[in-house]
Amino acid sequence: MHELGITQNIVAIVTENAKGAKVQRVLLEIGKLSAIMPDAIRFCFDICTQGTLLEGATLEILEIPGLAKCRQCGAEIYLDKPFGICSCGSVQLDLITGEELKIKEIEIEELCV
Amino acid sequence: MCVTCGCSDSDTKITNLEIDEAEHHHTHTLPDGTIITHSHSHDTHIEAPQIHAKIHNTTISLEQDILAKNNLLAAQNRGWFKGRNILALNLMSSPGSGKTTLLTRTINDLKHQLSISVIEGDQETANDAKKIKETGSKVIQINTGTGCHLDASMIERSLQQLNPPLNSVVMIENVGNLVCPALFDLGELAKVVILSVTEGEDKPIKYPHMFRASNIMILTKIDLLPYVDFDVQKCIDYAMQINPQIQIFQVSATTGTGLEKWYAWLIENLKICQR
Repeated sequence: MHELGITQNIVAIVTENAKGAKVQRVLLEIGKLSAIMPDAIRFCFDICTQGTLLEGATLEILEIPGLAKCRQCGAEIYLDKPFGICSCGSVQLDLITGEELKIKEIEIEELCV
Repeated sequence: MCVTCGCSDSDTKITNLEIDEAEHHHTHTLPDGTIITHSHSHDTHIEAPQIHAKIHNTTISLEQDILAKNNLLAAQNRGWFKGRNILALNLMSSPGSGKTTLLTRTINDLKHQLSISVIEGDQETANDAKKIKETGSKVIQINTGTGCHLDASMIERSLQQLNPPLNSVVMIENVGNLVCPALFDLGELAKVVILSVTEGEDKPIKYPHMFRASNIMILTKIDLLPYVDFDVQKCIDYAMQINPQIQIFQVSATTGTGLEKWYAWLIENLKICQR
């Protein structure tokens, strides 16, 4: 279950960037071909954030569909697995999207003056 | 009533998001007395909370790759290997595919031609490291405990202790697992996936991430083909479908069949590292 280690990474990166402020929301971008299960990240998130600046923060995950371009005919096709066959018969596909694994943005509490 | 923020407004309109006229204006009084007037659309429930958030909180755009730290360390490892003319390989497979047997045979057969050091990854025990040590090779055991894969920082730390000679080969035997190790760059020159004929020919399509990430597939235990139901051609077709560039070796570490091609690849690629 690599999602646990990945969630610990997320907590570390967000903590570093929050600079002591309480974190309200974390927005992740996870590609559907990245071998990361959003549900597993959600499961780990509650556990990993306990006692940190992220405790209680909302976790939002944007799932990016897999898109590839065929090297043979140039067609773009959607994939739900990291491989596939183009309608022209070629399996030479270059992935365009779907492998993302990124923290898009975070929202931290601002002190009202 | 607005579902998003609870404000009341009678002139709610549902409009096309493509056209920028979907907004309505209203006022909020914050707990500290600050009055804020802002506008947002009532049918964009995904965007609207962000508009509110920007008022009450600060949104920081990070765009940070979660694996960036690992990838940076991996790049450093790659530089470390390059500076020493070392060919580093990341060997991955499910448990029991015969990685250690292939490794000990390779070390023994090539002893007089090249030097091979080994980083052994397992959750527990130093059993494999002991087997490697018997060949006379330098070996470091990493026990990951609950961890299901090796990462670049583990390799960085063990390289200091392993201290492999210049112009040599470092074999990193990853934790037996066909899922997680595929995601973590260790700084190796190539990823090698090992699959035995006792496992089933459909492993490549069952674990596509692993076979896609690998540069080489070694099909092992081919001496057992007469006794098992394993379609070699089908397995190769599956692997090529997922990764048309994958290079395939068919070997038996017990009888020695096919090993000469694997050894030739090793020797050739070590030479390339030394250029």
